[in-house]
Amino acid sequence: MGLFDKFKNIFGTKTVEEQKEVDLYDHGLEKTRKEFNSKLTMLSKRHHSIDQAYFDELEEILIMADIGVNTVMDFIDRLKKRVKKENIIDVDDLREIIVDEMFIIYVNNEVISNKINENSDGPTVMLFVGVNGVGKTTTIGKLAAKFKEQGKKVLLIAGDTFRAGAVEQLIEWGHRTDSPVISKENADPSSVIYDGLEEAKREHYDMVLIDTAGRLQNKTNLMNELDKMNKVIGKVIPGAPHETFLVMDATTGQNGISQAKSFQEITNITGIILTKLDGTAKGGIVLAIKESVGIPVKYIGLGEKKEDLRTFDIEKYIYGLFKDLVGDQNGKED
Amino acid sequence: MIKTDETLGFSSVLLYNNNGDNMFESLGERLQNAIDKMRGYGKITESNIDEITREVRLALLEADVNYKVVKEFIASVKEKALGEEVAKSLKPGEVFVKILKDELVELLGGEKKDLVMDGKPTILMMVGLQGSGKTTSNGKLANFLRKKYHKRPLLVACDVYRPAAIDQLKQLGRELNIEVYEEGEGDPVLIAQHAVEYAKENKFDYVLIDTAGRLHIDEALMEELKRINEAVKPAEILLVVDSMTGQDAINVIEGFNHNLPLTGAILTKLDGDTRGGAALSIRHLTNVPIKFVGVSEKMDGLQEFYPERMATRILGMGDILTMVEHAEEVIDQDEAMKSAKRMQSGKFDLEDFLSTMKQIKKLGPLENLIKMLPGASKMGLTNVKIDPKEMAHIEAIILSMTPEERRHPEIIKASRKQRIAKGCGRDVSEVNRLLKQFEQMKVMMKKMKNGNLKLPF
Repeated sequence: MGLFDKFKNIFGTKTVEEQKEVDLYDHGLEKTRKEFNSKLTMLSKRHHSIDQAYFDELEEILIMADIGVNTVMDFIDRLKKRVKKENIIDVDDLREIIVDEMFIIYVNNEVISNKINENSDGPTVMLFVGVNGVGKTTTIGKLAAKFKEQGKKVLLIAGDTFRAGAVEQLIEWGHRTDSPVISKENADPSSVIYDGLEEAKREHYDMVLIDTAGRLQNKTNLMNELDKMNKVIGKVIPGAPHETFLVMDATTGQNGISQAKSFQEITNITGIILTKLDGTAKGGIVLAIKESVGIPVKYIGLGEKKEDLRTFDIEKYIYGLFKDLVGDQNGKED
Repeated sequence: MIKTDETLGFSSVLLYNNNGDNMFESLGERLQNAIDKMRGYGKITESNIDEITREVRLALLEADVNYKVVKEFIASVKEKALGEEVAKSLKPGEVFVKILKDELVELLGGEKKDLVMDGKPTILMMVGLQGSGKTTSNGKLANFLRKKYHKRPLLVACDVYRPAAIDQLKQLGRELNIEVYEEGEGDPVLIAQHAVEYAKENKFDYVLIDTAGRLHIDEALMEELKRINEAVKPAEILLVVDSMTGQDAINVIEGFNHNLPLTGAILTKLDGDTRGGAALSIRHLTNVPIKFVGVSEKMDGLQEFYPERMATRILGMGDILTMVEHAEEVIDQDEAMKSAKRMQSGKFDLEDFLSTMKQIKKLGPLENLIKMLPGASKMGLTNVKIDPKEMAHIEAIILSMTPEERRHPEIIKASRKQRIAKGCGRDVSEVNRLLKQFEQMKVMMKKMKNGNLKLPF
């Protein structure tokens, strides 16, 4: 049986570092998990047999977690088939399979690495894109702090020349993280980026984080603008951007799929950064996005402090969602 | 009682919609498919209504409509559809549309709800999650109040946490020429109190308080909102909700509503391609009415929310009413009349074309206009994408012509074309295309004048 045990194993490994990481996930996802899990636990308590009513209720729970209608429908179908094939009658056994199948959706036989693609000769350029209000600037601030701690030389570029106060917000993060910010009043974003990248080459920066204006994915002109920025970046530093992150709010519903598809058409999105996961939102849409568009999550935001931005770990995420379920299985309390 | 002829009536009444958006379109399409299927049946029966409502259910779930709301909605539609009057009807498709529409209007809150106006000044407070669009909505609402009701609004910066939030509001205030009250990073409760005193002394009509974004489970920040509420007793507390929110919307809304007496909601970012199911759920689950919707990034991109119009739009019946209202706001009537007259007299030239284009540009993105047409989705027009740059190119080409050429485009031959192309930096082929399109347009106008042109709906 594999994956289910794997979860438990994750929490068997206990170096201090690892335990800290585990606790953070645990704590950050607490609200997310609470409702979701108590529902699942209730589900297996209420139902003594696996029947249509059971599946209907499971479907409701998964849809309420924003996992995505198609993904959920397929998931339930697969589950039903497995139940039939493996002749599963015990509700407790099924819980294990639910976690298992959930994992398979995300991993889909791929080796998923959440390592950052770093440029070995020259600055590593990261572009941050997304719709309005998802937390692009804040995420850049937090990542800048992370890279600074690793002893890297960080440059920020204020490519959001549209929203009122956006440049000031990035400059404030520049102060907090002691990183210079390249900005220009009333300029075309591509021209700011050009200046910034030239500076990065000249001054040998390690990491360059580029902020962009929030844009809804159906606005042709704004998407064209993004295309242009991308071209400028590639021209100044061949091979860049090395990472293009789609920043997404964890409360996003089905529209997340459309966001991922549309941004992917314009730029090569290398990963998703899921923000504001410390609320009650489950962020389940990332499972649907991974399944349908193939973009993995690289970071998640679990709080307002700069250390609350964490590298995404699917095992810990799913474990976080299903923790009570696993714990319950072992007769342990949370 | 449902009358079939009445139902047929409203598809030709051509209700609704507005300037900026695709929202609800895909939802509309899916529902449209279900409706078309229903039209194919001779009458509504238990078995075909099951099939159709299953489609409707999926359409609503994919649009992020709250799971519980979907359940109730489907049950209610089913019950009504199987009602006696309907079962006898010979036009089940039309009857089904009517039921869907009525139920949608009901779900969306029935009547339009206006903003409160009480005493001097009327205090409004905006609350919501981080990034939902509070500050922008504050600016838009202040602008709306001044423009539509000729009121004097005061913006108040109480978001003392997010870096540069105060700067953002100040910039908006400068752009709109609306005063912003701020005390830097002080105590938000005191700032709000001082702002109200200031507004009274200086005879402002409205005070709009911008608060910091917060999670609905953040007790400390929620406490702060309660204290502001007690200190200044706002007439309205408006919850700003991102229309892209998924199933978690209900937790957010209930979280805020539990702590504060919400009086309304503003739904933002409706100009995206979200199906905005949260919109369909807010009112039904919490009884908090939607009062405004945000439909563009520009400062005039805020509209009052009409449940009826929204419902017609969701069902793909177009929204001519909002389109007309919007056009009246931005179009220069005299100019438009002049062009129309020249069009009718067959004297329409490139000068008129240019002036018409300038008027149309004021209406905002063209694809949004197209989508307001009834039946747009059926004609496959909802996915039309028009790049504003292309409009700019056409403008540049015309501007590179001499006044003589604009009035008599037929004199433009090879060498003139080359000169024009050089002048505007476009290709000769583009100049050709424009001239050809203009010719076609003139032919169309002639037909319209003679009454031979039939619109496809």
